[in-house]
Amino acid sequence: MTELVVQHPLEKYVRKPYVNLFCPGCGESKAVFALIQAVDELKLDPDKVAIVSGVGCHNMVRTIVNFDTASVLHGRALPFATGLKLGNPDLTVIAFTGDGDGSTIGGNHLVHTARRNIGVTHIMLNNFLYANTGGQLAATTPPGASTTTSPYGNVEPILDACDLVASAGASYVARWTVNNMRPLVNSIKEAISKKGFSFIECVAPCPTFYGRYNSMKNPVEMMRWLKKASIPKSQTSQLSKEELKDKIVIGKFVDVEKPEFTDSIRKLWKTNTK
Amino acid sequence: MTKNNGLLSPGTYLFAGNDAVAEGAIAAGCRFYAGYPITPSTELAERMSRRMPEVGGMYVQMEDEIASMGALMGASWTGKKVMSATSGLGFCLMQEHIGFAIASETPLVLVDVQRCGPASGVVAEPMQGDVMQANYGHNGDIGLIALSPSTVQESFDLTIECFNLAEKYRTPVILLSDARLAKMREKLRTPRPEEVEIINRTIADKRQKQFYLAKEGVAPMPLFGAGHRMVVAISSHDEYGTIRMNAENHRVMVDRLNDKLRRASGEVTKIESKFMDDAEMAVLSYGTTARGALSAVKQARKEGIKVGYVRLISIWPFNEDAIRRVLSRARDVIVVELNTGLMKKEIERTLGSDKKTHLVWDVGRLVPPDVILRKIKELSN
Repeated sequence: MTELVVQHPLEKYVRKPYVNLFCPGCGESKAVFALIQAVDELKLDPDKVAIVSGVGCHNMVRTIVNFDTASVLHGRALPFATGLKLGNPDLTVIAFTGDGDGSTIGGNHLVHTARRNIGVTHIMLNNFLYANTGGQLAATTPPGASTTTSPYGNVEPILDACDLVASAGASYVARWTVNNMRPLVNSIKEAISKKGFSFIECVAPCPTFYGRYNSMKNPVEMMRWLKKASIPKSQTSQLSKEELKDKIVIGKFVDVEKPEFTDSIRKLWKTNTK
Repeated sequence: MTKNNGLLSPGTYLFAGNDAVAEGAIAAGCRFYAGYPITPSTELAERMSRRMPEVGGMYVQMEDEIASMGALMGASWTGKKVMSATSGLGFCLMQEHIGFAIASETPLVLVDVQRCGPASGVVAEPMQGDVMQANYGHNGDIGLIALSPSTVQESFDLTIECFNLAEKYRTPVILLSDARLAKMREKLRTPRPEEVEIINRTIADKRQKQFYLAKEGVAPMPLFGAGHRMVVAISSHDEYGTIRMNAENHRVMVDRLNDKLRRASGEVTKIESKFMDDAEMAVLSYGTTARGALSAVKQARKEGIKVGYVRLISIWPFNEDAIRRVLSRARDVIVVELNTGLMKKEIERTLGSDKKTHLVWDVGRLVPPDVILRKIKELSN
């Protein structure tokens, strides 16, 4: 009997041996494959794609994607990505981080990378807590939620990373959940094609720590909750702040053309050092 | 200033230490500078912001010292020779990336213009309080290379040496300058390009798969965008860059990286010595403090005291054998430094109990020659 072996069309982007250490039901592996799908659909030269990840569950990306990858210090993916882009502007530089990594310990870098508007794409996975260390409170944990370090519930308001990055000056800002795979892939494609700094927050829930601690017994329940909690930006205009309090607004918030940092500085120097 | 191709023309200049470091870096091939202003290192950033565009390089001012180091590391992995300069608290903020650069074998040069500490201290006055922090400031137990100049000329020459060592051994190299040397103006002679030896890192060829932790020599470095599909790993890893988070592998990693430094030690070690042939006593110092030490030793010699002069040009890796050798004849060793005896303890430990080690110190100002001379006379009686 002959064995029928069919190669998956995206297998060429995956490291061998394939190691996937994500928990069952984790949203983050879907985000990794959305990234690969987008690179494939854009027909990018995989040799010129550079992934920079920080520290957290998202960092498992380094064992999966077969691109040049740097797994760097906690919170410092954007400075490393900035160095890569300035050192070699031909690279497609994608920072792939978590919420704690990207918006909390790396918050200062996030603000200033957006302000500088350098040609880096930042995909920030949001699972509402520090999952890699066992589910602790984060700046993205919804008010009231239980975590291992907020056993009586969370009193801190959340940081809206999309709002922050938009006001800091990013060229492209969007938020999706891993329940919206097609819009997510399309959005990553748009973000990568953008000249300046582009930012996508991808809500990728953690059933192991967030779900179990917040009365969602399994990944399916969590996916259902996520579906119910998400609301497209187009349907929010009639709703009050109070009504939107527990909602995850998805969609594209910013999409503008602005001078990109590497381009601008090279042009400026060219005219001034002659 | 006359320039050819953006490079400083060979000739004689009146330069401050910080400017000499910047020009030494450019001569060594530095084409990427990322930094954040802090006294007394700021002139270095100012000069690089003007000079990098002139030589086709890249200058970027980052949001803090942490980000500056991150940008250096990213740029180094695209093949650029990279540098940043800082001081005091900025050096503290850079420590996590220094450890990362050691672990990932990333070549970079860092200038620490030492000022008084702890905390903000005295911003524009010198101290040699960072000599231990340079080697031990990061977590884990793997060292690095550090050199310390004592003149403006040496600021230029040793910066080139720092780049050569960083490229050759794929490791961060620290130039330990100080607030006095940084601002002091002296004669600088810049060499013709053919007089300068420039070392460039070995780049991995396309088929190569082992990028780290060479058993012998140094693993060739892959670059981003060259088709290697490599991983730069912050965690414990093997020769291929594959993450191996276990005790056995980490033992190998710590061993291999420290071995690399041990092998480099012979080439890195630079110790200057004068009047040591018949010396019964030696004055040992490093950096700008050595200037006062030399004056004191010369004066003592005039007065017939058999005292020698030893200056550590390389600080790390600490070459105990070489230090024991150069001090073998001396009965007493006077260490002069701008801290309360950090290097004195190292020297004492190295020499053991058969020699007596003494300390002459100050902070925030150089130790005057007469203070050192007084100690020499006290011991010679």
